[in-house]
Amino acid sequence: MAKDETATFRLIGTRPDRPDGLDKVTGRARYGADVQAPGMLHGAVVRSPHAHARILRIDASKALALDGVKAVVTRADLPSGLTGEDWNLQENTLAGEVALYDGHAVAAVAATSKLRAQDAARLVEVEYEILPHVTDVDEAIRPDAPAIRPGAADHSVPTGSPPNLVRQIDFGHGDLEAGFAAADLVREQTYRTEATHQGYIEPQACLGQLGADGKGEMWVCTQGQWYIRRMCAAVLGIEAAQLRVTPSEIGGGFGGKTTIFMEPLALALSRKAGGRPVKLVMSRAEVMRATGPTGSASMDVKLGMTAEGMITAAKVTFRMQGGPFVGASPVGEALSCALACYTVPAVHHLGLEVLANRPKAAAYRAPGAPMAAFAVESLLDEMCRELQLDPIEVRLKNAAHEGTKASYGPTYKRIGLVETLQATKTHPNLSLPLGPNQGRGVAAGFWFNHGGETSVSLAIGEDGTVQVSIGTPDIGGSRASLALMVAETLGIPYENVRVNVVETGALGVNEPTHGSRATFASGKAAVESARQAIAQMCRRAAAAWGIDPDAVEWRDGAAVPSGDNAGKFPPMTIAEIGAAMGSTGGPISGHHETTAGGVGASFGVHVVDVEVDPETGRTTVLRYLVVQDAGRAIHPAYVEGQYQGGAAQGIGWALNEEYVYGADGRLQNPLFLDYRMPVASDLPMIDTVIVEVPNPGHPYGVRGVGETGITPPLPALANAIAAATGLRLRSLPMSPPKVLAALRARANG
Amino acid sequence: MTKTHVTATVNGDPVEFLADPRETLLDCLRDHLGLTGSKEGCGTGDCGACSVLLDDVLVCSCLVLGVEAQGARVETVEGMAQGGTLHPLQRKFIEHAALQCGFCTPGILVAAKALLDRNPDPTESEVRFGLAGNLCRCTGYDKIVRAVLDAAAEMRGAQ
Ligand code: FES
Ligand code: FES
Repeated sequence: MAKDETATFRLIGTRPDRPDGLDKVTGRARYGADVQAPGMLHGAVVRSPHAHARILRIDASKALALDGVKAVVTRADLPSGLTGEDWNLQENTLAGEVALYDGHAVAAVAATSKLRAQDAARLVEVEYEILPHVTDVDEAIRPDAPAIRPGAADHSVPTGSPPNLVRQIDFGHGDLEAGFAAADLVREQTYRTEATHQGYIEPQACLGQLGADGKGEMWVCTQGQWYIRRMCAAVLGIEAAQLRVTPSEIGGGFGGKTTIFMEPLALALSRKAGGRPVKLVMSRAEVMRATGPTGSASMDVKLGMTAEGMITAAKVTFRMQGGPFVGASPVGEALSCALACYTVPAVHHLGLEVLANRPKAAAYRAPGAPMAAFAVESLLDEMCRELQLDPIEVRLKNAAHEGTKASYGPTYKRIGLVETLQATKTHPNLSLPLGPNQGRGVAAGFWFNHGGETSVSLAIGEDGTVQVSIGTPDIGGSRASLALMVAETLGIPYENVRVNVVETGALGVNEPTHGSRATFASGKAAVESARQAIAQMCRRAAAAWGIDPDAVEWRDGAAVPSGDNAGKFPPMTIAEIGAAMGSTGGPISGHHETTAGGVGASFGVHVVDVEVDPETGRTTVLRYLVVQDAGRAIHPAYVEGQYQGGAAQGIGWALNEEYVYGADGRLQNPLFLDYRMPVASDLPMIDTVIVEVPNPGHPYGVRGVGETGITPPLPALANAIAAATGLRLRSLPMSPPKVLAALRARANG
Repeated sequence: MTKTHVTATVNGDPVEFLADPRETLLDCLRDHLGLTGSKEGCGTGDCGACSVLLDDVLVCSCLVLGVEAQGARVETVEGMAQGGTLHPLQRKFIEHAALQCGFCTPGILVAAKALLDRNPDPTESEVRFGLAGNLCRCTGYDKIVRAVLDAAAEMRGAQ
């Protein structure tokens, strides 16, 4: 599927209105909490106020005595005997013997109104025995830390290791010693990042119904309806195909809605309440306390560099916690991303996953990559400064390119890091002068992107318009990009294509909208489906004309006789073929099912100018530039949107956002008031440059653009603050109090 | 708890509903009147997704009790379009791709309308501070600010 890089397109690269725009600006679009059902009950969840506590007794009699209370569910209502990740999901849905973090669900109630359900939840009596807890990653890895789940460690951990060390990852290539020996400068530093939350504005919400016959339905805001189906079925012990899951419009996910939290509870409550539908909507505090933030990290990085700026060797050791479950932290991804931008002759990665009394981490936009970039790109910048080398030139010298053996193993196909760095170098922002207390920071970032299980079906209407059924929920305009690709392929107007995100009963299995895969994988399958429909339409025309199907071409939305037959018959349009299809062989459709290969990684480079107020320690972002390789921008406005949104989340992570736990192990800032995400007045315009180095693995060259953009801001801001103040902050967030403390510490010698 | 009978005007239409004294105006709009355009992102006045106009004043409807709407005029996102014609802000939001997930959009549109009613010719900075009570996690605000400035320019031109 080689792509002609000079191709010009009729529709791809244009910026039409998104098909769901009208619904979303009028308030008509229906999100998770926006529906009701006949006979509906409301649910509420009882949560542990302790970071770590044995559950001695749950007494729901007072709750059940309240008028209008229809069901109470505890772990005893869920099947036993689950193993592996299924057990993790079930344990996280409802605690079994021990509550493992502040906010861990222990019971749920259903009642005839929201307020009644909340009243009832308060009447459920839970007796706890408080256990010692640990929330900090460096404390959790100590040999004398309170053991959170003895015996949970997997085979990778040597016996005699600290009690909360549960997974160890170790890989690399090349001769590390020789690499460091060849360096003119070797530096080693430790960096820390706090956990942050995806911060989607729509809290988790669902409406679930499950009968005694094991058949059920769910309406839910999710990035992946089949994941919800599989996970709920596993947790509840029902058959996946008996559960129909319909995705609502989704108010942001960023990875946090690729898994379940309270969704099985709506079904369990419904089953216990005689099959009445149950609506369950989280409060913001529940979202912060009990849905997946990302992990926190403590990272050692050692780099060797020649005087000319060539990286000779790299060694990284990352310690990460992702809550009390094995495999929840993104330590593996962090390691793989750490040096993915560069050609490094010798590299060694060590990852240590640690349990902590915090919520089960979920994916958050390029999971693991931002932390890794903070550590590696910060140290790289420190060394560039020490050697007085230009940070972009050094990155260009070491940049991975086609044929490079990536630090994480495979050999890169066509990638666009060099082009991205070159586009950065020549951008006007780079030559703007800076004033006092101002500084400029540069950093690069990477994300693999993902293909995944994908199923798409497409059908031609009787009037020649086209419906496309996809399984990847539209979080940021992907209906528009899919309609553009299908219309381009079929040679018809964009408006003649309707893209529908469908429920689990309507299509084969799809992975969620994650891994930056919706436009890539659903796009690839949609184009393939359109090609199948084209082949069918050409056969219908050939039959009508009495010529060989091979003698028919598809051009501009019509079948056209070609070769010897050229000009013998007038073109037969898609509308004409559609109108006749009932009598020419039946409905015309196309479908494609694949685990999509051909993924192309996306690299980005960010440049930020900041001013640091020496009086308050506050960092103001003066200007911000994102340069990133999209492969091909199908709808450039939504590509820019991904770049800008990723940058804004990264800026929040770098400057303000953090999970703050008290000595009691409780989350101190579970509301937006104290969990400080960027608001409009915190940010400047975010300049973007879309680099297009087409991905040969996609019919239109798409790479996927959603995730890379959150990776460079963390180190870019640290590097800019270092340039502005001469101070190197190696711990996030670089909030005003921290910056001020560092400024004062320096002033006091 | 005994409910209170409330009559009000919502988007120009007379309405009545029974409110539990603990229910917010947002709850009443969404659950009793079926106006689910206003969203709950936090319930604590920090995200602006529930923004409505109460007697011409921009409020977080999650911080107002339903019973407080007695006799008041409430305007929500559902009332912005006149008949089939979108408000210029609504049109510009679509044109500028100023929404990704769209969950913050109703609140931001209502807040932006209140801003432009007050200040028809805002600077970029005034737009940013005027919308600082509305969180958007998807867009980084760039396209939102551009859409508001463009709508303001168009609305000034039309007068
Ligand atoms: S829901 Fe009212 S301000 Fe967030
Ligand atoms: S568009 Fe998603 S929160 Fe604003």
